[in-house]
Amino acid sequence: MTLITDAIVRVDKEHGSYNVARRAFVDPEILEAEREKIFDKCWLYLGHDSELRKAGDYVTRSVGGRTVLFTRDSQGQLHALLNTCPHRGARVCRERAGNAKSFQCFYHGWVFGLDGKLRNLPGEDGYPADFTSRTSSSLQPVPRFEAFRGFNFVCFDPNAISLTEYLGNAKEYLELVADQSEVGMTIVGGTQEYSIRANWKLLVENSFDGYHAATNHATYLDYLKSNTGGLVPIKLEGIGRDLGNGHGVAEYRAPWGRPIAQWIPAWGEDGKQRVDALYKKLVDRFGTQRADRIALTNRNLHIFPNLVINDIMAITVRTFYPTDQKFMAINAWALAPADENQADRNTRLFNFLEFLGPGGFATPDDIEALEQCQAGFANLGEVGWNDISKGMLKDVPSYDDEAQTRGFWNEWNKRVYGVQA
Amino acid sequence: MNAVPEAIPFTRSDIEDFLFLEADLIDTWRLPEWLDLFTEDGVYYVPSTDVESGASPENNLFYIADDRFRLGERVKRLMKRTAHAEFPHSKLRHLVSNVRITERLGEEIHVTAAFITHRTKDGVTDVYFGTALYRLLVRDGKLRIREKRSVLSSDGLRSQGRISFIL
Repeated sequence: MTLITDAIVRVDKEHGSYNVARRAFVDPEILEAEREKIFDKCWLYLGHDSELRKAGDYVTRSVGGRTVLFTRDSQGQLHALLNTCPHRGARVCRERAGNAKSFQCFYHGWVFGLDGKLRNLPGEDGYPADFTSRTSSSLQPVPRFEAFRGFNFVCFDPNAISLTEYLGNAKEYLELVADQSEVGMTIVGGTQEYSIRANWKLLVENSFDGYHAATNHATYLDYLKSNTGGLVPIKLEGIGRDLGNGHGVAEYRAPWGRPIAQWIPAWGEDGKQRVDALYKKLVDRFGTQRADRIALTNRNLHIFPNLVINDIMAITVRTFYPTDQKFMAINAWALAPADENQADRNTRLFNFLEFLGPGGFATPDDIEALEQCQAGFANLGEVGWNDISKGMLKDVPSYDDEAQTRGFWNEWNKRVYGVQA
Repeated sequence: MNAVPEAIPFTRSDIEDFLFLEADLIDTWRLPEWLDLFTEDGVYYVPSTDVESGASPENNLFYIADDRFRLGERVKRLMKRTAHAEFPHSKLRHLVSNVRITERLGEEIHVTAAFITHRTKDGVTDVYFGTALYRLLVRDGKLRIREKRSVLSSDGLRSQGRISFIL
């Protein structure tokens, strides 16, 4: 397809200006190009190991516009299958999650194993003898399926680079999350499924934007101050990094409590003992320097194009997809150490909900901001450009600058237009 | 304060009046008065839509799991101009129906009711629907809420997107 070739990303390094055309958020042609050049080509998050604990566990999930069946077979092996009957196309599994010995397509009755292989079918004598063993008779696997530290990804481009190469510098940050438990991390039950009437890229920008907290989240910050016993006297301070390949992170200290492991007075003496024990364990495993980084710094991590892992007052794992250029569907989960005790788990989930999600004290205001940006783009004929230049002339951009956002747009531009911004 | 022995005198009709009053306080944004309907240990829950309706917020990620302190903070927040998601306040209308007393347990009356709530803001209208499960009791001769659990019947929040008001 041909795209209008007017630049979307306009960079003037000398004068420290970085602009993105608002057309990128409204033009259906651009969404088509994104589907082809980003969502069909990049590694996309499918799910976490812990969601399929036992043999036979499965979940169905929409990933990159496909309907995917994620299973664990009787040998414990994970599979990512395209949830469509090779016979006539019906979705073979219609439940969100569960445990099964096999999947039977309800249309003509073909039966598939958890590994996708066709086991049997009614009227088998009407087919050639080798029919069931043909590759084309099975549920088709996604072209690429790889994992890193419990996070499973798929890619619809058979020729893509490996997942670990793709993740690049982002691996360091995934490790800082994965290392929070010796026995592994787990997705807590319950998914927040919501949507925003805005272009998906607005949520990319928002998820690691350290600049908007004071105004957009004024009521959340008010709430923190009123919390019994209060917070720790730590200033919001840190760095923003473009990690390459479109990934980025804001890494910073903050005054709120972290279940692993920054105590706040509101948690009382009991809480202090628990947090101290968790911290000591980290020091024993990794030494003080890394323990401090895991325990005391917050990370808003974005993995290109649409995975956010925010390790803040709790850990959220979030993916989002455009259904059209002005609407995105979001899934968000809570991630926690599998061996966390109940008191720490309570703190974590309480923390999660006070900030995060469609019913939190902060996320609804983000949603409102994104929807108001989208509404404001109605004026793009006259006011056509977003400014993303904050901190551009600094050697070390702060967490509340926009280096990480520029990293995203550089990669976006490279993939969609084939040019370096 | 005299403990009311067994809250039997309250009929379904009394409870309906109470739930209609509650709905009206929410719809007219008289949230501090709404908050007064809760007991000192009152809680307000909205579970995520892929867990059991009776699931515990201690083991599951909900949309909302407020203890009485945070519920008070939620009300404070929503009455501020800086609660951007609700500025200006959206227009709401709760319809409460199918009210049933399911159990009288000690001092508690357990009630279920169906709700359909319309919300309009900036020209967009969303519909929220489900079942509200209440644990009510009597304090100073008046009905009070110890737990309100709003269980959405929809698959997630698409396209409603948020629960920025009281459901």
